[in-house]
Amino acid sequence: MLDKHRSAITQSKTRPRRWFRAGEGRTAFFFLLPGLIGILLFLVLPIFASIALSFTDWQLLGTPHFVGFANYTRLFTADPQFWTVLRNTVFFTVEYLILNIVVSLGLATWISSLKFGQRWFRGIFFLPTFTPLIAVAIVWMLIFTSGGLFDSLMERLSLPFSGVLNSQTLAMQAVILTSIWAGVGYNTVLFNAALDMVPASYLEAARIDGATAWDRFWKIRLPLISPTLFFGTVMTAITSLQVFDQIFVMTKGGPGSATATLGYAIYQRGFQNFQMGYASAIAWVMFALIMALTALQFWFQRKWVHYDN
Amino acid sequence: MAKLTIRNVIKRYGALEVLHGVSVAAQDGEFVVLVGPSGCGKSTLLRMIAGLESISDGEIEIGDRVVNDLEPNERDIAMVFQTYALYPHMTVRDNMAFSLKLARRSRQEIEQKVDDAAGILDLTALLDRYPRQLSGGQRQRVAMGRAIVRNPAVFLFDEPLSNLDAKLRVQMRTEIKTLHQRLGTTMVYVTHDQMEAMTMADRIVVMHGGGIEQVGPPLQIYDEPANSFVAGFIGSPSMNFIDGLVVERGGTAELQTEEGVHWPLPESARAYLGQSVRLGIRPEHIAVGPDGVQARVNIVEPTGSDTHLQLQVGSQSIIAAVRDRPSVSVGQPVPLRIDANKVHLFDLASGKRLH
Repeated sequence: MLDKHRSAITQSKTRPRRWFRAGEGRTAFFFLLPGLIGILLFLVLPIFASIALSFTDWQLLGTPHFVGFANYTRLFTADPQFWTVLRNTVFFTVEYLILNIVVSLGLATWISSLKFGQRWFRGIFFLPTFTPLIAVAIVWMLIFTSGGLFDSLMERLSLPFSGVLNSQTLAMQAVILTSIWAGVGYNTVLFNAALDMVPASYLEAARIDGATAWDRFWKIRLPLISPTLFFGTVMTAITSLQVFDQIFVMTKGGPGSATATLGYAIYQRGFQNFQMGYASAIAWVMFALIMALTALQFWFQRKWVHYDN
Repeated sequence: MAKLTIRNVIKRYGALEVLHGVSVAAQDGEFVVLVGPSGCGKSTLLRMIAGLESISDGEIEIGDRVVNDLEPNERDIAMVFQTYALYPHMTVRDNMAFSLKLARRSRQEIEQKVDDAAGILDLTALLDRYPRQLSGGQRQRVAMGRAIVRNPAVFLFDEPLSNLDAKLRVQMRTEIKTLHQRLGTTMVYVTHDQMEAMTMADRIVVMHGGGIEQVGPPLQIYDEPANSFVAGFIGSPSMNFIDGLVVERGGTAELQTEEGVHWPLPESARAYLGQSVRLGIRPEHIAVGPDGVQARVNIVEPTGSDTHLQLQVGSQSIIAAVRDRPSVSVGQPVPLRIDANKVHLFDLASGKRLH
């Protein structure tokens, strides 16, 4: 009897509350709907569709047929271009990542050492970040094109680097230089902010301890900004593995396949050769590569990233 | 150990002069405390001794060397910062060993010195921890350990106890004092807390507005403040100040305020008859007496050992600190007696001590 009474009380207490929560949930769901539809339609659905497509021979028009792992098998065993494309992507990523981090860290350190004009330089170096990459790539293509500004400069300096976009070895360097110009500002501002947040008292204590400017940079400032450095490295690695715009504008993957990367290969296979199934398979290989590299970086961070909390 | 001499030191930031020719010396092994309100230049002076701020003019000498142009690590000093400034990515051991490693000392020597310092400061069990794993007091001790391993000629402390709670502050005060007695090294200690200055110093340097107001042993500064600023700054609760005219009434010298209140003065105050002066009386030298100046009780603050009474005499508010526990209540009129021999007299214009 007492239990019945107690449960009745509990019900009377919880029921309106549950009703209220359900109503609240519905209202929240209603507000979430516009964003949710967008995510489902343009993110979740394409992801699942691309998985499905990678197992078909869909050619944009016509009906897709299930082909099992044929696309993946062809990719790793039969496609003569795939390993070149993969090598180009890794080459671009490694060189671009190293140069980007070194240059942006150097610039960030230089800016933070300035007594005046820090804001100006931060602004100037950040400008390319919000300039459309396509526009940047067009300008650099015109600079590097045969008989362009770069060639005349090389001629004046009597250096044997001309027609770089037509060179099997130098075309990729031109793409990397363009990417550095466009992408270094973001990390510069990021690292500069981190460097400025290192409390002055650590550096003063280090000066008293006898640390030179070099020591202070390597032994105090760098370890203290390592979480930001790690973030910058991971994000830069991810975006560089996906490189497309500058290659599309400047070289179209050429000369030959010298600058063809995974991102460009997906476009080529999917929208030039209309092999959507095959392009989807390449996209998933790229995804696996990015995941693996990011996981590796997270594993390595234990050795060099210092978190203060 | 070494003597520290500061001669006519000036600090300018552009056209702004923040230290106006400061001269003071710390004897070999002396514990000198620089005390003053915020912005008085005490931390700037300490940072100039450390070499973290340039010297615009004048000389700083440590031992027999003028150190003006020497780098901080060449000055044979060690500094403990207000924020401790322990390197967060290094263990306690690495923090303490950092300066020795940079000086390329042998591994054996480094270990020996770190272990010795850790032993002195009771840090041995914490050597492999990171600063974030330590309490405020432990971090403070590590900061001192980092200073000790360098075996410097002069220790510099920049408000090292400000970030600690009241109880720990008292405990660390004792520890620093004990450390000084044990090491016998010259120490310069900056604080805005006059209680720290009084309890720790061999000599106090009271600073104000970029200059030195008075230098002396704690009790001398307390008993014979050079001016009304020092008198008001040192001592808690602060000294009471009453302005008025020195007059003679009934054969004795008295201070007559604008409101006609008469305060007793010592016989020697006759020398200032007819002069406007500022009377200073410490709260503990005011008693609730059977007779005396009429006051009204505004607030009663029992502290346990003392009772602080905020009193109103005319428009003047004064504080009395009485040892016993008077049975007074807010709003009650009480007569006040002051010990005329404990009264301080200051020149009204310059603030300088007259008596």
